[in-house]
Amino acid sequence: MEREKIINTAATVLSLLALTGLLKWASSYESPYIVQILNTTAIYIILSTSYNLVNGVTGQFSLGPNAFMAIGAYTSALLTMTPDEKEITFIIQPIISPLDKIAIPFLPSLLIGGAIAALFAFFIGFPVFRVRGDYLAIVTLGFGEIVRVFATNAISITNGSLGLKGLKQYTNIWWSWGWAVFTVFCLVGIVESSYGRAMKAIREDETAAQAMGINVFRYKLLAFTISAFFQGIGGGLLAHLLTTIDPKLFTFFFTFNLLIMIVAGGLGSMTGSIIGAVIFAWGSELLRWVEEPHQIAGIFIPGIPGMRMVIFSLILILIMIFFRKGITGRWEFSWDWVFGRFGWKRKIKIEKAHD
Amino acid sequence: MEVFFQQLINGVSLGSLYALIAIGYTMVYGVIRLINFAHGDVMMVSTYLAFFALTGFSLLGSFIPQMSWYFSFPITIFLTGALGYLIERLAYRPLRGAPRISALMTAIGVSFLLENLVLVIFGGRPKGFPTPDAFAGVFYIKGVALPSLSIWIFGITLTFLGATFYLVYRTKSGIGMRAISRDFETPQLMGIDVNRIISLTFIVGSALAAAGGIMWAMRYPQINPFMGIMPGIKAFTAAVLGGIGNVVGAAIGGLILGIIEISFVAIFPDSAGYRDAIAFFILIFILLSRPSGIMGERLPE
Repeated sequence: MEREKIINTAATVLSLLALTGLLKWASSYESPYIVQILNTTAIYIILSTSYNLVNGVTGQFSLGPNAFMAIGAYTSALLTMTPDEKEITFIIQPIISPLDKIAIPFLPSLLIGGAIAALFAFFIGFPVFRVRGDYLAIVTLGFGEIVRVFATNAISITNGSLGLKGLKQYTNIWWSWGWAVFTVFCLVGIVESSYGRAMKAIREDETAAQAMGINVFRYKLLAFTISAFFQGIGGGLLAHLLTTIDPKLFTFFFTFNLLIMIVAGGLGSMTGSIIGAVIFAWGSELLRWVEEPHQIAGIFIPGIPGMRMVIFSLILILIMIFFRKGITGRWEFSWDWVFGRFGWKRKIKIEKAHD
Repeated sequence: MEVFFQQLINGVSLGSLYALIAIGYTMVYGVIRLINFAHGDVMMVSTYLAFFALTGFSLLGSFIPQMSWYFSFPITIFLTGALGYLIERLAYRPLRGAPRISALMTAIGVSFLLENLVLVIFGGRPKGFPTPDAFAGVFYIKGVALPSLSIWIFGITLTFLGATFYLVYRTKSGIGMRAISRDFETPQLMGIDVNRIISLTFIVGSALAAAGGIMWAMRYPQINPFMGIMPGIKAFTAAVLGGIGNVVGAAIGGLILGIIEISFVAIFPDSAGYRDAIAFFILIFILLSRPSGIMGERLPE
């Protein structure tokens, strides 16, 4: 038992080293396009796994990620910008008082961004979960619109529709992948703990879970708040990757993409969410093809802008109707599975029986 | 005083539109416990249908001439009802037995599909809606401007509401609807064709959304593929405000929401940019204080 745990840890460390090597090799190529997609992949992983905690593991339908990303992005961007940069950027109305002097390093700004996103999630989740969870979807959808309304109108904080420009590009491959690995470890830790089991119990049958003494309200709110924290971090990373944010960036479109990732990957499985995020990050680049003009067998087909979205929404509907399990179903990756594949049978753990 | 009446007229006419859209939400939620996210987009599609019926269009090489409004609008309402039927038949019915979250995700998928399909086919540039002359006049009563459109909106809303109440409370299908919203399984044993009732619910809800959509397009005469989102969210708020699942409540909730929104803009003209946020705060407030809404019965949580 002890020995297997050490081997598992060693395997994890080795694969992390392998990932580090791979990233180093990829970034040494210095193809900005590839590096950009790698960064996006990592941010998608952060967003999809944390989204999965609410939608897949706890079974509550949130549509909030774009709002929490926007909050995280604006917060961390406003905190890292130097007073001089703020003075240049805010041309319509000067920025309000304490914010105009503050400039802090990247990491604390990300954490504060995540914390504020989590705070908002708490205040939204509180009334919603107290009553009926199925309002969560429409309330978070509405919240996304409200965040956009505020980002456009609260000019002395957000610079209105001009947005924040000229952020320093702090996010590099190490920041994004470091956070992705950290997020995945945190979330897997939660899912495998008693907290995670309570959340899964709520997903399967809320009434039964309540009868077993689980505080349904508390666990739903916890999952939603944690998820918003990581979405805020993801937003901050994205802001410092793109270096420009404006109210139009964080539309519902983002949430929709995340939904496709977790649904295609396998709702409720963290492994599935990661696979979904990776496939999406690279697949959506390939799908740009349908929006470009083409010459197929002598017939000219003009590019159809927006066609990708039509395809995505059809994919989502078809997955829900015909292929609801997604790629992984609820299967999770584990070293036991890997070693089992290589014919190294292990003793069945007693703990497993509890799951 | 004049200002008050002026704002009241505006509020009631906006509220009537919310009411028409909210009824579709509340009926569908009552019957199959699904928040039909595509409802606002069904409304959006109806405005495009009305636009093309009014201006004429060419289909498969043959030009279909423009029609006057008393042909265009019934055709639009009919086609939108058919769209509601199709959505239910193709996207929601296969998921009848699935977990509720699957149906909600499909609903979001349908909503996004409608928006982007319209975007791809008709383009993203907003189109000016040609308001027919019959709706364009303005009357003045003691200095209060009374647009004839407001009268039309009020009249049409009342007519449609009356028809819906008759359907829900006085016909066999209406009894079926109310039975299903109480208990999904038992009515099947009583020989009620549940699928037919659910289809009917979607058809009626979409037709009402079309009526609301046409008048929305005349009130704010610009249509674009994403115009349905905000009215959709607000109409849902209206439905919750009135007590979800309750048709009368949805109508009252819509009127109240419209009046509150217009009064806010009238009282704080500087903050008019935040008007879309009001519905959201009302929604949160109801959830905190009276989750069952004005007319709603206390439902088990």
